[in-house]
Amino acid sequence: MRSKPRIAFFDFACCEGCQLVVLRLGEELFELLEHVEVVSWREVMTTASDEYDIAFCEGSIRWQKDIERIKKIRETAGTLVSLGTCASIGCHNAIRNDWPLDTLRQTVYGDPEFPQGIITARPITAVVEVDYQTFGCPVSAPEFVKVFKAILTEQEYSPPNRPVCVECKLNDYPCVYEKNQVCLGPVTRCGCNAACTGYGDGCRSCRGLMDGANLEGAVRALMANDIKRHPIMERVVSTHGLSEADILQMFGAYNTWPKVERKDYQYED
Amino acid sequence: MKIEINPMTRVEGHAKLDASGDKVRFAVTEAPRFFEALVRDRSYRDVSHIASRVCGICAISHACAALKATEDAFGITTGPRIRLLRRLACYGEVLSSHALHLYFLAGPDFFKASSAFELAASDPEILRRGNRLKELGYVLCDTVAGRHTHPVAMRLNGFTFVPAEEDLTALLHRLENGLLDLQKTVSLFKGRIPEMERETEYVSLRHPLHYAFYEGDLHSSEGKTVPVAEYSRQIREEVISYSTAKYARWHRDSYMVGALARFNNNSDQLSPAAGEAAAELGLEAPCYNPFANTTAQIVEMVHCVEDSMNLIEQIVSTDHPAETDEPVIPVAGCGVGAVEAPRGTLFHEYHYDGSGKCTFANMVIPTAQNLANLEADLNALLPTLAGRDKESTALRLEMLARAYDPCISCSSH
Repeated sequence: MRSKPRIAFFDFACCEGCQLVVLRLGEELFELLEHVEVVSWREVMTTASDEYDIAFCEGSIRWQKDIERIKKIRETAGTLVSLGTCASIGCHNAIRNDWPLDTLRQTVYGDPEFPQGIITARPITAVVEVDYQTFGCPVSAPEFVKVFKAILTEQEYSPPNRPVCVECKLNDYPCVYEKNQVCLGPVTRCGCNAACTGYGDGCRSCRGLMDGANLEGAVRALMANDIKRHPIMERVVSTHGLSEADILQMFGAYNTWPKVERKDYQYED
Repeated sequence: MKIEINPMTRVEGHAKLDASGDKVRFAVTEAPRFFEALVRDRSYRDVSHIASRVCGICAISHACAALKATEDAFGITTGPRIRLLRRLACYGEVLSSHALHLYFLAGPDFFKASSAFELAASDPEILRRGNRLKELGYVLCDTVAGRHTHPVAMRLNGFTFVPAEEDLTALLHRLENGLLDLQKTVSLFKGRIPEMERETEYVSLRHPLHYAFYEGDLHSSEGKTVPVAEYSRQIREEVISYSTAKYARWHRDSYMVGALARFNNNSDQLSPAAGEAAAELGLEAPCYNPFANTTAQIVEMVHCVEDSMNLIEQIVSTDHPAETDEPVIPVAGCGVGAVEAPRGTLFHEYHYDGSGKCTFANMVIPTAQNLANLEADLNALLPTLAGRDKESTALRLEMLARAYDPCISCSSH
């Protein structure tokens, strides 16, 4: 019989919330773990090993030394999974890439040069190839389980590529635009089972834009000031006094990284 | 003897512990994410949602501190039902966070196991019980805030969703079972906490009517109580060359926040069952043993479960609305919000311009406030370990650091 695959969890700059979501699976996690051997998981284990087959990585690259670390993990692991939005698309970490590092350091530490060794924030997917991507802030627990099972059964996993609106409708949730909320669901990758809209809040696009999402079109639809604008959107925009820049800024909370992937972007490495 | 523990394990975030000669250093090596810069120029609508991402464990506390600070800046006074619901969510977070620490992070040391999984191999019921208590806290948060990590339904001056009365009362039965699990928790950990004594300054919120988590004034065991708005005139933060988290001091060179500090300052306000648990565990205020922070967490778990039942009764009998679709009107101003996060007093401060854009942010994190005190305790502990071998010395130092339940990525934010 084949021995159990060895798995490891690693984290870079993040809140470690995705690992907590995994741990919250409780009995379901314990059953999954019966099929593998967990050899490294710093947050919950003291022992560690440099030999593993599958690596789950949470967080964004923020230190210079992180680049070497993620490359080493990539070399070691046969299968590498980016866990959640920080690892897959950069999350909030990437928001301030437009600001020079010395301004960031001055703002937080009162010293433009402290600490040393910080580089432009980026998802791990910008440094190494990953075999499976998961999304969400925090990661969607059912998506983690699907990916885990896909790896064990040597299947592929393609993240869903439909807007959150589809899951809203399947759940029969009322559209939050009718509650005067701005919602990014129409252009955001689903797979969260409409977690936020289900509680009456707008989607903030934590799973990122779906492939081929027409962001400019979405902003135009909200901002169009002629008869083409839907009366509900008219009310939402006028109630909140929103400008095009405000709406784009909302989109940017989780989706800044794809923007800075432009070729002309200057890394501060 | 030279000891280097890098990275620290079974704690949240990246840190290392070095002991060489007679000096111990606990260095936060976590990458800063620059949250205080991230929220600048952004709309007040996004601030609490971004702020909750500082921490996966205490996201509710960060959201509450950010909402309270923003409400303070805009001159909004929240109604009683909103405050009760937020308090219930804070209880849920404290319960889940303490259960995580007790059973998954610190706990295995008391049973000579390297992880909760290893512990489960010899006694699966211990892991199941820890998991049930953690889940009970999460369910409280889910019910009130939509989700524990990261909360969804909390908004300025209310909620986007309010749980139905039957959803709240359905929790009562689970809470009663939680008390049974906590009785077993008390028996399990009783008498296992290492002894040590080093008196220090204890800082927490204090409320005139109840054991403070969601609201109160800033109180020091040195006998001083001030409104939280004064925090930055009282507490001084400084940058330390080897740490990406800042250190803090108030009256002395260091102070302690968290479960033991709250217990020492506010134990007269604990619920009856929590008082009994403290007596059974032999915990009395003032207690100067930093390892007993873990004991104080057990007592607080009992308090949160028992008082949640009272809160639910109050919430269902309070008529004030908590759900609102009314837009908030931003005004130019500054505001401060403080809560007791599971690991101690958490401060957020924001300044807004007239259009509701954030122009300044400051966050003072419990674990950062504890770092100077933790180092002082480690340095006091080390000489008492003379004669032990390297492995046992390292383990005892690690256990002391874990007793503080540090939340390290939070501390450098």
